Amino acid sequence: MNDELTPEEKEALKDVASKLGSFEKQRGNLIPILQMVQEKLSYLPTQAIKVVSEHLEIFESEVYGVATFYNQFRFHPPGKHPIKVCLGTACHVRGGGIILENFERKLGIHYGQTTPDREFSIEKVACVGCCALAPVAIIDETVHGHMAPSKVEGLLMRIEIEKEMEERARIKDESCG
Amino acid sequence: MPKFLVDNKEIEAKQGTTLLKACLDNEIYIPNLCYLEGIDPPSVSCRMCFVEIEGERQPVTSCSVLVKDDMVVKTDTPAVRQLQRTGLRLLLSVHHVDCKNCQANKKCELQRMAKFLKVGLKPKGLERHLREIEIDRSHPFLDYYPNRCVLCGKCVHVCREKNGQSALTFSKRGFDTVISFYGVRDLSTLECENCSACIDICPVGALALKVTGAEDPTTA
Repeated sequence: MNDELTPEEKEALKDVASKLGSFEKQRGNLIPILQMVQEKLSYLPTQAIKVVSEHLEIFESEVYGVATFYNQFRFHPPGKHPIKVCLGTACHVRGGGIILENFERKLGIHYGQTTPDREFSIEKVACVGCCALAPVAIIDETVHGHMAPSKVEGLLMRIEIEKEMEERARIKDESCG
Repeated sequence: MPKFLVDNKEIEAKQGTTLLKACLDNEIYIPNLCYLEGIDPPSVSCRMCFVEIEGERQPVTSCSVLVKDDMVVKTDTPAVRQLQRTGLRLLLSVHHVDCKNCQANKKCELQRMAKFLKVGLKPKGLERHLREIEIDRSHPFLDYYPNRCVLCGKCVHVCREKNGQSALTFSKRGFDTVISFYGVRDLSTLECENCSACIDICPVGALALKVTGAEDPTTA
């Protein structure tokens, strides 16, 4: 996991710290605070957990314990290309788990995590509403139905190639202009 | 002081005592993992200390019942034993049974219960669900073995008792639940080095002092 915050995130964290003042120092405020932090930073970095624990004067471990219990909190920044693998009933039956495993293996991360370059993150979701296409994976905003393990590499490759093409176009533009 | 019958033996205990404690004090063993005097209300999470009480429709957990006059309690009925055996088998199905290499060998609560309830340490018919991480070494002085842990929560409690706040906590959920030491990098406020409360209270040896010096052979 990449622990470094980006400059924007550091800004957001400062913003968070200033907003904490409006929350009373009560244990009951922990979840609302965590929700506020996640809204600002889109995830809960270790630095933010520390800030929250200092504000509420409870141990970091306790904040972490509460945060890990709830599905809505994430501990890794969302990747540039979020991958959502459906594990709803239909996709599960049609081997969604195998698709998830393939993405995990190809990218070397587990679900809920983000690649160190923050390009990809994997999540599992429960039903995206197109069970006829099971198993389904969503990359960026595009739905890929009838997924197969053999398709995983191709999809990732395509994103890489698109990225390279953009890069090349940009360099070309720069050199022309 | 309430007087009552447990397995046809008359017992007396102070008002406000839990049935489990009264039995244990009178040398009537009831399997239990999560009960600890002082955890109030009791966590009632291990689901092992079942007994039958006359007048109750089904077995009840003795750690959550206070003693009453003229109670008639049975600790050894088929229904109780079945619940306990199933509970233990489920616990063992998520337990890395490797007693020879475990520090708790011979003083392990699971071993004791298995012997008492006549359950094999490797029960058949249940799938094994072990966690991927064998040892959590994130604490500077302690090692945590998630596959030994029964999640009784006693360590969390004693740490809180001793230090005001607990450096240990439950994290995650369901099968993934573990004890974690998240954020204990700075131990200036804690005396983990000289305190082994959590290690001493652990019924199964899931917490241990870090092996210093020679490389631990169990490291993968």
